[in-house]
Amino acid sequence: MIRPDLSKLTVFIVGDAQADRAVPPTGFTARLTTFSAAAMAFLAVFALALSTASGRLATRWGDELARSSTIRISAPSEQLAAQTAAALRVLETTAGVATARALDVAEQRALLEPWFGPDVPVDSLPIPQLIEVVETETGFDPDGLRLRLAGEVPGAVLDDHTRWRRPLVKAASRLRLLGWVSMLLIAAVTATMITLAANAALAANAQVVAVMRLVGARDQYIAQAFVRRFTLRALAGAAAGTLAGVFAVLLLPSAQAEGGFLTGLGFQGWSWLWLILIPPLAGGVAYIATGAAARKTLKELP
Amino acid sequence: MQGWRIETLLSLRHNRAGICRGPCVIEFENVAYSYGGGELLSDISLSIAPGSFHFLTGPSGSGKTTFLKLCYGALVPTAGHVRLLGTDVRAMSRDDIAMMRRRIGVVHQDCAFLDHLPLADNVALPLTVSGRDTKDETANLQELLGWVGLRSRAEARPPELSGGERQRAALARAIIMSPDIVLADEPTGNVDWEMSQRLLHLLIELNKMGKTILIATHDLALIRAAKSQVQARVLRIANRRLQLAGADL
Repeated sequence: MIRPDLSKLTVFIVGDAQADRAVPPTGFTARLTTFSAAAMAFLAVFALALSTASGRLATRWGDELARSSTIRISAPSEQLAAQTAAALRVLETTAGVATARALDVAEQRALLEPWFGPDVPVDSLPIPQLIEVVETETGFDPDGLRLRLAGEVPGAVLDDHTRWRRPLVKAASRLRLLGWVSMLLIAAVTATMITLAANAALAANAQVVAVMRLVGARDQYIAQAFVRRFTLRALAGAAAGTLAGVFAVLLLPSAQAEGGFLTGLGFQGWSWLWLILIPPLAGGVAYIATGAAARKTLKELP
Repeated sequence: MQGWRIETLLSLRHNRAGICRGPCVIEFENVAYSYGGGELLSDISLSIAPGSFHFLTGPSGSGKTTFLKLCYGALVPTAGHVRLLGTDVRAMSRDDIAMMRRRIGVVHQDCAFLDHLPLADNVALPLTVSGRDTKDETANLQELLGWVGLRSRAEARPPELSGGERQRAALARAIIMSPDIVLADEPTGNVDWEMSQRLLHLLIELNKMGKTILIATHDLALIRAAKSQVQARVLRIANRRLQLAGADL
């Protein structure tokens, strides 16, 4: 089992006051690093919110729709009950069908309510009877079922939702992927901006670096002074940006069933924990980017 | 500098004649150095014994500073071999060079200070970068500043110092790690005669404690003054080559 060396981490965070004094703080690069990390963390919160929300949506659509189908029976009112009973019998003997039930009047009214209002007289309207079919894990053969229904229940039409379910699930999955790609791009841009700031700081302190090298400082010692400073700035900036992002997400309308996707843009349950990772990840990116920039600059010195 | 790490300093071998009969602290073997296309130094061979005193002279642009840079690993020869404290510079890693510089004190022509730090911190910089706690070295630091006559200027920033003070501070920084070798590049270039004599006196004192001293200078009067007080070899760079200067000095 690999144990993190906490003493090294503590030494890194606490730092070496003497080394810190030798490398003077540079105001512009300090502000640039902190601001970049804060802005990128803020964007990362939204990218993460987008990704987790679309992930939830894809899962919900997939789970809710993947194993359900509908049979619509359109027949004269005097034949409707008989055809419904016939269809249910067919379904009872169809392999891959877990349950099948005819929707009652209240359920059918609820389905029509968004379009016709609550007072729609379902009883007096010639609307088709709906049968909800839930598949087993193996599922049924839709083409075979359609042929059987065509022979035994002429007014029945099977709708297995495939036609419109797949593009929706695909779109949600792509949206989730887009969120993760955005996170990667944000990390890359953060690394780029911190590298530029570190290079500017190293250039501004070229004389300091050269003198330290001349009096016997090892590259690791010089690099550490810069790396530590930039890592802590990125960490602090990212923490502030994450908090601001969380606050902004909390200001969004809460998720409601009728609100659709946009009101569900946020974090639920354990997905909040992802946010804890943003500041340390920004610090890690800064650590790697500044270390690489410092090593490259130092190699060019005698 | 009565008590300042005197035991350590005196433990070095003395060889006032400068002739290297045992292990040499600096060795050049057929060394050449080129900047771009032009060769600045050519076919230089030299051995410097521990505890010896050397002057390096020559006209401006003759390569004195380049020679010194070869002596502390800031440059690597384009041909030949430079061995510092027994190790070929080419075989050294960057960390090895950094460690080696803790044993070679350098007084740079421009002093090379960190202007944002007070003088005491600048002098203590070699201790700082080697990871030693300067608080533990406060007494030694104060004694060293007193030795170079700068105790009262400990908190001054480098831009506030005079030329002579800067040179003495640079010397103090060069020797704070108790190095085996002290290299000085035109240490009296920006100071008056009285101050140059004072600096020379400090360098001679260091040599008496066993330090190997190599001073690059074009100040012949300084060399003459030194030769009356210490047994020194005078090297001259002329036409890209190193020569032993004659009795004219």
